[in-house]
Amino acid sequence: MLDIVIRIALLCCSLAMLGLIYRVIKGPAIPDRVIALDAVGVNLVAITALISIVLHSSAFLEIILLIGILAFIGTIAFAKYLEKGVIIERDSHR
Amino acid sequence: MKKTNNIILETALKALLFFIVLYSVYIFTAGHYYPGGGFIGGLMTSGAIVLLLITYDIKTVQRILPINYRIITAIGLLFAIGTSAGSLFFNVPFLTHAFTHVELPVLGDLSLHTATLFDLGVYFVVVGVTMTIIQTIGEDE
Repeated sequence: MLDIVIRIALLCCSLAMLGLIYRVIKGPAIPDRVIALDAVGVNLVAITALISIVLHSSAFLEIILLIGILAFIGTIAFAKYLEKGVIIERDSHR
Repeated sequence: MKKTNNIILETALKALLFFIVLYSVYIFTAGHYYPGGGFIGGLMTSGAIVLLLITYDIKTVQRILPINYRIITAIGLLFAIGTSAGSLFFNVPFLTHAFTHVELPVLGDLSLHTATLFDLGVYFVVVGVTMTIIQTIGEDE
């Protein structure tokens, strides 16, 4: 029973990722693409959790936190680039 | 460049940085029995420092963490070579590691392995190289 439910959930996550990838390709502005990529990262976390249930393994639980942190850092870096044109400033108080 | 105020990011950083550094230390120490190790732990630590660099700027981060990352790389290589060459003093081949069980009052039975010191060298080299690359590119005009 749980197996079928997890397969259906995986299918739903894959469909959501397809919709997000459509937004990444088609998105009219850069921020649309950035937000779509951030949501792809969140979907990837969900898919990793479901796959680790399917495989009866707890070896992927570190990966979930890793994807979350990396998606956050990437989105912050993109947002700062879009706002200021530079990711790492030399001196912000001059 | 217009004047901006990123107080939300700075407040979020104060909470998040602790968790990212703690997670990197966990993934470094768990590397012997679980997925992880020196490489990914070093990458996560440099990810935390990169988050600091993005939130503030290079001068502020240099004041918070007054570290020369080239020296960190050298210390890491010294750790790796030292633990490898230390086995030569005991008439065993290069890179032979040893481990022992130690009974400590609070922590209980600990299995201490010299491969951890080698992994610490890998950790320092990864942090040093990554931060040298990112800071050198960031300082470039």
